[in-house]
Amino acid sequence: MGCRIGNGAGFLGDNLDAPRLLAERGELDYLTLEYLSELTLSILARVREKTPSGGYAGDFIEVLLSLLPSLREQPRLKIITNAGGMNPRSCAIAAAATLVKAGLAEDLIGVVTGDDLAADLKRLQSLGCKFEHMDTGEPLDLARYSVVSANAYLGAKPIAEALAAGARLVITGRVADASLTLGPAMHEFGWSWTDWNKLAAATVAGHIIECGAQATGGLYRHWEPLDLGHVGYPFADLGAAGEIAISKPTGTGGAVTRDTVIEQLLYEIGDPAHYLTPDVDVDFTTLDVRQAGKDRVCVEGASGRPAPSHYKVSLAYRAGFTASGQLLVCGRDCRGKARACGEMILARLATAGFEFDDSLIECLGAGESAPGFAPQGDLREVMLRISVRDRRREAVERFTKEIAPLITNGPPGLAGYASGRSSVRGVFAYWPTLVPKELLQPAVEVQTASQWAAAATSPTR
Amino acid sequence: MNPAADTITLGQVAHARSGDKGNHANIGVAAYTAAGFEFLKRELSTQRVRDFFDSLSPTRVERFELPKLFAFNFLLYNALAGGASQSLRIDTQGKLLGTAILELTLPRPENLRELERPLD
Repeated sequence: MGCRIGNGAGFLGDNLDAPRLLAERGELDYLTLEYLSELTLSILARVREKTPSGGYAGDFIEVLLSLLPSLREQPRLKIITNAGGMNPRSCAIAAAATLVKAGLAEDLIGVVTGDDLAADLKRLQSLGCKFEHMDTGEPLDLARYSVVSANAYLGAKPIAEALAAGARLVITGRVADASLTLGPAMHEFGWSWTDWNKLAAATVAGHIIECGAQATGGLYRHWEPLDLGHVGYPFADLGAAGEIAISKPTGTGGAVTRDTVIEQLLYEIGDPAHYLTPDVDVDFTTLDVRQAGKDRVCVEGASGRPAPSHYKVSLAYRAGFTASGQLLVCGRDCRGKARACGEMILARLATAGFEFDDSLIECLGAGESAPGFAPQGDLREVMLRISVRDRRREAVERFTKEIAPLITNGPPGLAGYASGRSSVRGVFAYWPTLVPKELLQPAVEVQTASQWAAAATSPTR
Repeated sequence: MNPAADTITLGQVAHARSGDKGNHANIGVAAYTAAGFEFLKRELSTQRVRDFFDSLSPTRVERFELPKLFAFNFLLYNALAGGASQSLRIDTQGKLLGTAILELTLPRPENLRELERPLD
C-alpha cells in the first residue's frame, strides 16, 4: 500500500485557497503545510515578544477553517504543519478551538516542541556547545549579540511519534521542511531509522513538494501555456519500497514534468551529493527523473547515508533598522535623474546629521537588479528605489520623511509619492550554527482538541 | 562581423532556478539534452559564471554536477549583500539570478540543434 502526501503551502503568505483545493481534489492521506523561512521565524519571535500568546502562523487558523469540510468527509486525512512557528502550543490551542466548534473535539492534536533554544543558549554553552558560525568558525559571543530567535531544525522522529499516538493534526515549530513528509512516511511504512535509502527517498519527495506550486509549474522557465492562474499544488505518492511519484490533482492548472521537477530538485540546495537533514544525508546525484504520464513524474535512485550528528540551528540577532522608498522618475535621461534624486536625498540627510551604516540607490528598469537585464535602447521611465540601514532607529525614521519633499523641490517628472511614507523595519542578521543532537530533547504532546482548548484557560499555562 | 553569429545565450540550451542559502545564492542550471550537458560541462565554467555575476561581488563560485539530470548547481558565495533580511537590494534572496544567468553568452556550438529544447 502506498501513501499520498500533499503540500498546500510553501511559505507564510502562500495562497490561502490552495490547501483546501488540494484536500478536496487530491485524495490525500496527509496534507503538509510549510510556513517557516528563517526570516519568518525572526518576525514571529518579535510578535511573541509583544503578544505572549502569538508568534505562530496565523494564516494556518484561517486555512484550517477552510479545511473543516474535508476533515469531516475524509476520515483518513491528516495534517502536518510547522505553523507553530515560535509558539506551537498557542497554535494548537487556537487550532483546537476551531476543531471543537466544528464538532471535531475528539480529534487528537500533537504538538512538537524543543526546537526553540533562545532561552537555553547559556546553558548549552556551559555544556560545551560554542555555536560556531558555520561560515566563519567564530564562536557565538552572547554579550555582543542581541539574539531574537534560535531554533534547531528538528527531524521527522517527533512527527512520526505524534502520528503513532493517534494525532490527526501535528503542529511543530522549526523542523526541516522535508521532515514534514518523512514523518508521515515513517509512520505509514514503519521503516527502520537507519534504512538510509528509504529515508532519502521520502526526503527527496519532501524537498520537491515543500515549496508548493514550485513543483507544479510555479517559477518554471516555460510557464506560459500552463494556466498558472489555476495552478494545482503537488502531492507525492510514496511506496513502501521507497518509490516516489510526484503529481497534482486532475483538472488544475500548472504541470508536473521532468523539467519542473528537476528545477525544483535544484532549488536552494548546496552540494547535491550531501543534502543534509536531521534525518539523513541524501545524495541527489544518483537520482533519475522520468515522466511516467501526464502530470506524473517518477523519481528513482535515491540514496542516503547516515544522518548528521548535529542539528542545524538558525539563530538571528538584532542588526539595526532599515527602510526603503520608491519614486517613479520619467523623461529623457531618467536614469541619471533618478540617481541624482537618490543622491539628493542622502545629501540632505547628511546635512541633517544622518550618515547611514549602509545605503543603496537602485534604478529599477535600467537593468540594475541583476546582470543580463540591461534594456535595449533609450529609457524614458525608471523606478528609483532608495534604501538605508542603520543602528539608529531615528536615523531610519528621518530617512522615510526625506523622499516626498522631492516632489516639489526636486526635478520634474516624478510621481508615486501618494502611497505615503514607508515604514521602518527591524533588521535581523543570521548566525547559522550547529548543536549536538544529544543536547536537545524534542518533546511530543498529544491531546484531544477539547483538552487543548481547555488548556487555553488553564492558569498553569 | 556580427558577434551574435558566433555566440549563443545560455537560455537557448538550458533552464534555471535560483534561491538563497543565507548570504549565498544557488543557481540550478539544467541542460535540455545530454549534448547540452556535455557542452555546458566544457563552457559554463565557474570563471564564466563568476565574471557574469561580477556586479554582485561573489567571493567564490563553486560548480556541482548532476549528470543524470543533465544539470549543474552553482553556489555563489556571499553574493546576496547580507541575504534575506539584511540586504538592501530589491532582490534580497537571489530569486532573479536564475532568470539572469540565461542571458550569459557562450561560444556557439556547431551542433546547436542537438542542444536546444526538444519539441514535444
